[in-house]
Amino acid sequence: MAILVDKNTRLLVQGITGREGSFHSEQMIAYGTNIVGGVTPGKGGEWILGKPVFDTVKSAVEATEANATIIYVNAAFAADALFEAIDAEIPLIVCITEGIPVQDMMKVYAYLQHSKSRLIGPNCPGLLTPNQAKVGIMPGYIAKPGNVGVVSKSGTLTYEVVYALTQAGLGQSTCIGIGGDPIIGTSFVDVLQMFEEDPETEKVVLIGEIGGRAEIEAAEYIRKHMTKPVAGFIAGRSAPEGTRMGHAGAIVEGGEGTAAEKIEALRAAGVRIADNPEQIPDLLR
Amino acid sequence: MNLHEYQSKMRFAKFGIPVPMGRVATTPQEAYEIARELGGTVVVKAQVLVGGRGKAGGVKLAHSPEEAEQIANQILGMEIKGLIVRRVLIDPAANIAGEIYLGVTNDRAAGKPVIMASSEGGVEIEQVAREKPEAIVREHIDPFLGLRDYQARNLASGINLPREHWKAFSRIATALYNCYTASDATLAEINPLVITAEGQLIALDGKMVIDDNALFRQPELAEMRDVEAEAKETIQARAAGLSYVKLDGQIGCMVNGAGLAMTTMDMTKLYGGDDVGPANFLDIGGGAQADKVATALRIILSDPNVKSVLFNIFGGITRCDEVARGILQALSEVPTTVPMVIRLNGTNAKEGREIIENARIPNLHSAETLTEAAQKAVAAAKGAL
Repeated sequence: MAILVDKNTRLLVQGITGREGSFHSEQMIAYGTNIVGGVTPGKGGEWILGKPVFDTVKSAVEATEANATIIYVNAAFAADALFEAIDAEIPLIVCITEGIPVQDMMKVYAYLQHSKSRLIGPNCPGLLTPNQAKVGIMPGYIAKPGNVGVVSKSGTLTYEVVYALTQAGLGQSTCIGIGGDPIIGTSFVDVLQMFEEDPETEKVVLIGEIGGRAEIEAAEYIRKHMTKPVAGFIAGRSAPEGTRMGHAGAIVEGGEGTAAEKIEALRAAGVRIADNPEQIPDLLR
Repeated sequence: MNLHEYQSKMRFAKFGIPVPMGRVATTPQEAYEIARELGGTVVVKAQVLVGGRGKAGGVKLAHSPEEAEQIANQILGMEIKGLIVRRVLIDPAANIAGEIYLGVTNDRAAGKPVIMASSEGGVEIEQVAREKPEAIVREHIDPFLGLRDYQARNLASGINLPREHWKAFSRIATALYNCYTASDATLAEINPLVITAEGQLIALDGKMVIDDNALFRQPELAEMRDVEAEAKETIQARAAGLSYVKLDGQIGCMVNGAGLAMTTMDMTKLYGGDDVGPANFLDIGGGAQADKVATALRIILSDPNVKSVLFNIFGGITRCDEVARGILQALSEVPTTVPMVIRLNGTNAKEGREIIENARIPNLHSAETLTEAAQKAVAAAKGAL
């Protein structure tokens, strides 16, 4: 089963002819992901990596029956790519792009509320359902099939944890990076709910960081609704207040959003918190 | 990016918000001239990008041009929370009958803008939120609809603003929201918005924070960045497209990805205890090229506190062979005896490790796990590796 992406995913790549878009499309195809085509305005009719390129998302969906799209479009044009995907009613939109202006994202977020689409990201590494589909930029070989669901705000930190799980013999159902921006399409709570309902997922790993209240809301959800065990890690314990730590959303403001308060809330909800991401496999045993 | 008070108020004025007719001085003589032109009592205000200027003695009244000159002389060059005051704003003093707060910001949880008003003007909104939350009135704004008049009226009545001021308040709230959206701001705040004895509403103090990710389409605002207030390394890092924050520890960290960079910092602190910790946050980002890594290394090594460097690269977008070549190129350009611990993993990690190992550099140490890497970097910083 897994969640959101699997072997039935028919993926479109927006920005498929760009440097990152083509590099990662090649990696996704090599992993076995079913990429059905790509979109680059002005390059419709061309072929890349054996896949047809379309000028518009609408024409690509009509021709390929894509049910998911991944966006590798420059930040300045990403909002347009997102609106185009939403208007084409693609059920799952994954946006890798980092650095989208927040005011653009607030419009996208508002538009999404009345749409048929779910957005993962932006500023995220995408999703991976081991041996079924890799939709994003996670290195595929670090994962293996199993029953641990992984959800994270981070990219490389997620790989760290997934790799540690695999080394310890703990495979994953689906690994999801929800993104490090202040405004993202899918929250921890949304994903926790999907993992709770997914029969293949038996345990969950949550990886958060400083800034915002998403982890506090996750703690609330876990306390009230989760029956599956959750282990976690929160990055940024040593981060000073008032300074943005790389991710646009990773900032402690007015004393709120600290690692300490998130750890406390998650612990109170029964989540086992690691001091070091490499301890997570032990906490799941 | 934070704007100074005078920059924020200039921006406000552009959108039709009434502000005091003051100007900025960089010398006491200029302060004298401005105070003379304004006439009457003026307020001399330090322009630094930190809160608490008043408490630090950076805001003072002057009753004559001579006094304004004398006060400017005291304030210019003064240090407030580590920042040197290089400019003062000379504003005409207002006849204050009442003070309110008005601000627009992004509500992360709601995913939309929120406009907030409070009867407790002149107090930091975070403090009001903690101590008197009922004094704050909020209206969420649909970005496609903008701020509607009824919402401004909800705020005005919510803070018990006398009805005769509703119209002026509503105009200011609309202008502030327009200023916030047109400027790609993440915060636009008037605090206090003063009701003068003459019955006027005027933005006495202002603050704006601009979304760094939107500066590419806000060239006029990007120009306003106060580079004098920034460390040299911060400017270099930004020019190279690196995300860098200087900290006060001894272990230089170079990591790809913000979450992993924070974690790497946390690990140096976890294993370093009270004595040893991270010297910086540095994310070399996705798709990092060799020259970018070289610049990053130069920035890290320019910090005299750095006793060891920890490279922690888990390859997703970034390919480890590129990183390895970058490290070697940087080392050939910046010869150093500082011990370095390198951990590569992920896309092309094997090729990356081979490149590093074949170089046979004596002060390079490799590690496989994050724990091992952090422990080695701590040992190296203590001179024990």
